[in-house]
Order: sequence, then structure tokens, then C-alpha cells
Amino acid sequence: MGQVRLYAAVAAGGFRRYATYRGATFAGVFTNTVFGLIIACTYIALWDERPHLGGYDQAQALTFVWVGQAMFSVMMLGVPSGFEAELAERIRSGDIGVDLYRPCDLQAWWLAQDLGRAVFQLLGRGVVPMAVGALVFRLALPTEPWRWLAFLFSVLLGLLVSFGLRYLVALSAFWLLDASGVAQMYGITATFFCGMLLPLNVFPGAFGDVARALPWSALLQVPADVLMGTAGGRGVLGSYLFQAAWAAAILGVGRLLQTVATRRVVVQGG
Amino acid sequence: MSDTVVDEAVPGAASAAAFIEVDGVEKVFDVRRKAGFLRRTRHEVRAVDSLSFTVARGEMVGYIGPNGAGKSTTIKMLTGILTPSAGRLRVAGIDPSRQRARLAHRMGVVFGQRTTLWWDLPLIDSYRLMRRMYRIPDGRYAENLARCVELLELGDLLEVPVRQLSLGQRMRGDIAAALLHDPEVLYLDEPTIGLDVVSKVKVRAFLRDLNKERGTTVLLTTHDLTDIEQLCRRVMVIDHGRLVYDGELDGLHDLGGGERTLVVDLERELPPLDVEFARVVRVEGARQWLAFPAGQSAAPLVARIAERYPLADLSVREPDIESVIARMYARDASVAP
Amino acid sequence: MADPIGQVRAGARAFRMISGMWIRSTLTYRASFAMTTVGNFALTGLEFVGILLMFSQVDRLGGYSLPEIAFLYGTAGAAFGLADLFAGSLGRLGTRVRDGTLDAFLVRPAPVLAQVAADRFALRRLGRVVQGLAVLGWSLLALDVAWTPVKVLLVPVLLISGGAIFSAVFMAGAAFQIVAQDAAEVQNAATFGGNAMLQYPPTVFGDNLLRGVTFVLPLAFVNWLPALYILDRPYPLDLPRSLAFAPPLVAAACLAAAGLAWRAALRAYRSTGS
Repeated sequence: MGQVRLYAAVAAGGFRRYATYRGATFAGVFTNTVFGLIIACTYIALWDERPHLGGYDQAQALTFVWVGQAMFSVMMLGVPSGFEAELAERIRSGDIGVDLYRPCDLQAWWLAQDLGRAVFQLLGRGVVPMAVGALVFRLALPTEPWRWLAFLFSVLLGLLVSFGLRYLVALSAFWLLDASGVAQMYGITATFFCGMLLPLNVFPGAFGDVARALPWSALLQVPADVLMGTAGGRGVLGSYLFQAAWAAAILGVGRLLQTVATRRVVVQGG
Repeated sequence: MSDTVVDEAVPGAASAAAFIEVDGVEKVFDVRRKAGFLRRTRHEVRAVDSLSFTVARGEMVGYIGPNGAGKSTTIKMLTGILTPSAGRLRVAGIDPSRQRARLAHRMGVVFGQRTTLWWDLPLIDSYRLMRRMYRIPDGRYAENLARCVELLELGDLLEVPVRQLSLGQRMRGDIAAALLHDPEVLYLDEPTIGLDVVSKVKVRAFLRDLNKERGTTVLLTTHDLTDIEQLCRRVMVIDHGRLVYDGELDGLHDLGGGERTLVVDLERELPPLDVEFARVVRVEGARQWLAFPAGQSAAPLVARIAERYPLADLSVREPDIESVIARMYARDASVAP
Repeated sequence: MADPIGQVRAGARAFRMISGMWIRSTLTYRASFAMTTVGNFALTGLEFVGILLMFSQVDRLGGYSLPEIAFLYGTAGAAFGLADLFAGSLGRLGTRVRDGTLDAFLVRPAPVLAQVAADRFALRRLGRVVQGLAVLGWSLLALDVAWTPVKVLLVPVLLISGGAIFSAVFMAGAAFQIVAQDAAEVQNAATFGGNAMLQYPPTVFGDNLLRGVTFVLPLAFVNWLPALYILDRPYPLDLPRSLAFAPPLVAAACLAAAGLAWRAALRAYRSTGS
């Protein structure tokens, strides 16, 4: 019980920390909206040329664009700029040795903080671009409340995957000292394989099959399909299962690496 | 505003008598405060208010005051980082914020808590950059570097990446970096903050030598009064943006008695209260101001007043900065052997 | 500003010195340097892969063929890459203002603008330039255009003035960040967002957006107007075709305006900390 309260406090701290950067939030909303407008225009041209491309009609394609912009900072779909740099810096400087003596779990602590951040960015940076998109374009947004709830749960599962992957990025500092290179590589991979450049269901052939099976599809493609009811044969439950399986696997790898790495630190004497 | 402009300032005219001239300088910041979710209120903050002083060439002056008093703002105006809101400011006859690059060749700055050295590169690389950036002739560079290395004991550190240096080593490295181009004036913002005792001693000895042997004008801010005690004959004290003291260090002794003030609100107007160890300094209606020695606890005094008089409310005011400094100095002096 | 040429020369000298220091600094973390360099090539490359994926499904986009879009993509990417290489750090000035480290730049005998432009200089940003030029090179081979001497000359003019226009946006962004430190993202919308937009033909976008990027924030002069002339494509908004030759003038005007904003912002700089 005390543990739950501790992590809730950490999450609240993560929320507040991002809430203080009011200027950055406004600026970010502006950027997401501009990018949304540009991409939406190109998608209109693309779907004019090929209606029902990838199984989406034009309204669904546009919905995908704006879900993508809303999720951009929540899921960190570009080069990540959340806790990773801070954790990597603590690893590089050796402060991580102090953290290991704290009476709480390292991974859970950072996860709580990241979830707090994500909740703020969902409200602060997700809602407005989505609303602008819905005002300017005809979107395929569901009217049933349960679909929105189902979407939010899918977002939560996606966040676990997103956090798990970025935790691995930060842990790379144990071996490389500087994690910014890995973070950038990660950002590139994430941008491409989450569907930010083009929805994954438009990717052709076997390449498309692989892209849709990778963990990054849990960040944007899956939640968007849950929202629009375009998850196909997999259905909502199947989508959850896909996300949860990736989350469990990646968080597990993170734990394992953490154990290996911290053993090294303890042996070195902090 | 090229950095190759020949210096036109007439030596002697402005520079010998008053190397730094500050005349009625003000710096006003516009501050926005949160007053609700989106609303902000604007108001002006006077960080520095009608500040006037002069510093002669070759002087070494301590500049002290509490946090937020305006010390750093003054230094930033003298170095050209900030533009004054009003008043006249000259260093070596140059208006710092207008001719920043020209002044840069003649001054050195050390920011105590931030290094300007290249974090990931060996110390010597930062010095080589300084040589090129300031166009320091080879002979002079070699001579100055050798002197700094010797006096600041940097010999073993030159090839070490800056990120691996201790705080004290880094500070010594920063001081050397600020002096390679033979500046006429050196500004130091908290040069000994966070340093170990040995580093403090080295830094002080170096600065004393610099001022004495080379006649470099030095202006330093510090929280450590030992710095002032050992280095500066002259002290300037700033509080709330105003200069409250400018003179010999000894003079600080006589300032302020080191008293705190108890402000009491009584239920009705009364003649000045009669309480032990405190004297009434002001009466305004039902409110009275009582001064009492700063070293004494306010609790017994409050108890005595509450016992005898109808007390409604009270507050304790801390003594003014000059008396704090005076007391701190007096205490340090009495402890010292 | 009595000696503008001396000032420019001093700026170039400071830029060389400081960027050199940063290159050596980044080389101390070799693994990271290698990864960020490769990563930057890959990142910009994947953008074009996205376009190729689109063309795996369609033959034309907004009425333009793949080589034509590759020409737009390459010119926009190379121009933006040049600006990012030399002026991109200006757009990241906000953090320097927030933590007060801009102060150190102001006490050195070198133009502040050049120092900030060279700050955190990263060779990996060459990736975008090289990749843009590669796509541009391929498009030149694949395009079916009746080349004239004027059109040939227009390509390098486009790249340089386009880079200058983007640089002016970075500069204006830097000036803005001195006043509002968290505003980096607003300028990203104009720079990175502008680059994303200019990769596609203007026929894809609405007239209001086109008016905005022609008359308000003149990004249309970066590549669209000269590129449409080279490709013999109709102009949007019935603009005169002679505007194909306006980019150098527009770039000069933008740089002048941004320069004034920069000087004003520097005088208003308030420096944080006690």
C-alpha cells in the first residue's frame, strides 16, 4: 500500500514537472498542429489517387494523421526527450549507485514518472491537435464512449511498450557512457515503424507484415485501429494481447539488463 | 564594432583616476507572475537602483550582499552582458554593452558556478582556443600560461579532460583561462564557492599576487568573508539594489548594532512598553517596534510582553544586511587566532 | 556595425574555431558519434523511403511524378540541411538562455551570433545535406526536362538562397528564444515543418496555406517557385513566373530582418540567475 502511494507520488511529480513548461506545451501543440495540417494535405492527395489505400477511406486516413500528432509526444514517436537523457546522465556520472540503495525499484520508479509525464502530455498536447483536426477535416471518430475508453486502454498498453523500449535506450549508457547516439537511432526506427511517416497497413507485402509485427506498431498503429474499429480480424482483445505481450517481453528484457548492469556497478564499488 | 579597432581611450584621462565608473545606474526587470491559470500580472523589479561608484586602476574590491541584492546584475552590466536601464557606465572609457567585443580584450570574467572550459576536452585545448580567439601573441601566451600553471599548480592537469577535474581544480583552470590575454580588469563571481580549504588558499594567494605584481584591477563577489578579509582593503555592500556601504573593511564593524526588531500589535494604543533587554524604537497607533539584541531568543521577550500587555499580533524582523555582515565579521575575527 | 565585412570575417573565424572544438568534443565519444552520424543519414533517408512507399501504391501525387517530387524533396532537403548545418544551433539557443550559459558567449571578443551558430556544432548534420543532394542528383537523371543555361544556373542559386531563407528563420527563432526560452518548437514548425511541406508539390496544399508561405513567411521562395519554373509547371495563385528569380532578394531581405530582430533581442537579454 505504501509502495502504491510512493509511485503515485512519483507519477504526480512527473505530471507536474511537465506542466510547469507552459510555453513549451503551447509551442509543441502549435508544431503538432502545423505538421498535422501538412501531412493531412499529402494524405488527401494520396487517397484521392487511391481511395481505400491500405483499407482506410480518406476520413480514416486523416484520423490516423491526427491520432499520430496527438500521440507524438505522449508515446515519444520521434527522438525521445523524456527521462532517458536524465537516467543516462545518472548512469554516466555514477549517481546511479546512489539510486540503487533507495528502497524502491529503479524501473518502477522511472515508469511511474514517465506515466505521469504521458498523462500530462495526453491532456496538454494530445487534445488540442486532435480537436483542430476534427474541426478542419472530416474525421472518422467514433461516437460510442466505449470505443474511446478502449482506445485509452490501448494507449496505456502502448505506453508500457514505449517506456520499456526507451528504458533500454537509457540503460545502454552503462556500456556506451553516452546514450544520445542510441536515442537518435531509436527515434529513427520508432518514427518509421510506428506509422508516423505512413500508416503501417499501407506498407506493401512481406515488409508490411514485418513492420506490423514489430513492437513500434503498438505505439500508434494499434491504438489508432482500436479507436476507429479497423483492427480487422484481431479485434480489440487481440490488439490488447499483442500490446501486452510486447510490453511484458520488453519490460522483462529491461529488468534483466538492469540486473546485469547494476551487478557491474556494485562490483566496481558504485 | 570590429575587434581590431585601435583603442582610442586616452590613458590617464579616464582610466587612471577612475578605471570603472558607475554613475546613477539602474536595471529594471519586467517580471510576470502567475495569477491564475492563464493570467499573469506584470510588475517592475529594480534589481539595481541608482548605483554609483568608481574603482581606480589596480584596486581590489570586494562586492558583497545577500542573494538577489543585485551583485550579479552589477557584474553583468560591467561586463556588457546586460544593458543598464538608466545611468552611465564606463570601463576603461568603454561603454560595455555597446562595445562588448572591444572590452572583451581588456577584461577577464570568472563565473564561479559555471565553467567556460570545454567539458570533454583536455584543459590545454581550452587555453589554445583562448589564444586564438583573443589573438594572444605566442611569446605572451607561453609566458602567461607558464605563470598560471606554476602558481595555480595546473601542471599535471593540462592533459586531463575538464569533466574529470575536481571543483577546485576546475576553478583554478577557469581563472587561468580568464587571464591568458592579460586583462586589465578581472571580475570574479563567487570564485571560492564550494571549494575545499586547500584550493581556497591557492586561489586567494594567486589573486593577491596578480593584483600586487601585475596591477590587475579585481572586483569580486563572494559569500565567504574570509575572501574579503584576506584580499580586499575596500568593500562595497549592496542590498535591495542599493549601495549601502562603500569603504574600508574595518568600517563595517561600526555599522549596525546587530539588533533584531520585534513588531507588536496591541489591542489598544499604549505608551511605549517597558520591557527588559528591549527598547521601543517606534510607536504608531497600537503598533510598536522594539529592538533587541540579535543573539537573543525572541521567545522570553514575547512571553514577558504577553504577560503584561494586551497582545493582538506580532512579528520578528531580521536585522539589516550591514549589521549581519558586521556581526559575522566580528564573530569570525574573535574566533581567529 | 561600421565595418560589416570585418564583422563577417570575424564571425566566420569564430565559427571555424568553435565548431572545430565541438567536432573534437563529439569525437571523444566515438560509438555515439558513429551512431548519430549513421543515424542522421538513415533518418533523412527513411523520409524518402516513405515517399517511395507512397509511390509503390500510386503513380502520381498531386499530379506530380516521382522524379518531380524527388526534385522538390532533394532541393528542399539540401537547402534545409545547409541551414541546419550552419545555423541550426541558433534554433536551440533556448536552453542556453534558460540555464544562463549564454553569458559566457557575451564576454568573448567574437560576434555572438557566430558563437551561437557554432555552439554544439555537429558534423552529423551533414547527413541531411548529402542525402538531399543524392536524391536531387537522382532526380536530375530521371527528369525529362528541357534544360537551358538559365535553368541549370538556377539550381545552385536555389540551394544557396533557400539555405539562407531557412537560416533567417533559425535566426529569428533565436531572437525569439532570448525573450521566450521555451519557444524552440514554434520555430521548428517553420523549419522542420517547412521542409516537410516543401518536399511535396504546392498542388497538394490549400490556397490559404500557399498564400501564407508566399506572402507572410516566404518559404515558397526556398524551392517551389524556382523549381516549378525548372519543371515547367504552372504556378499557384497565378503568381508571375519571373518570381523564379526572386529567391536571392527574398533571402537577403529575410536575413536583414532577422538580423535586426537578433540585435534588438540581445539588447533585451535579461540573463537568468542571481
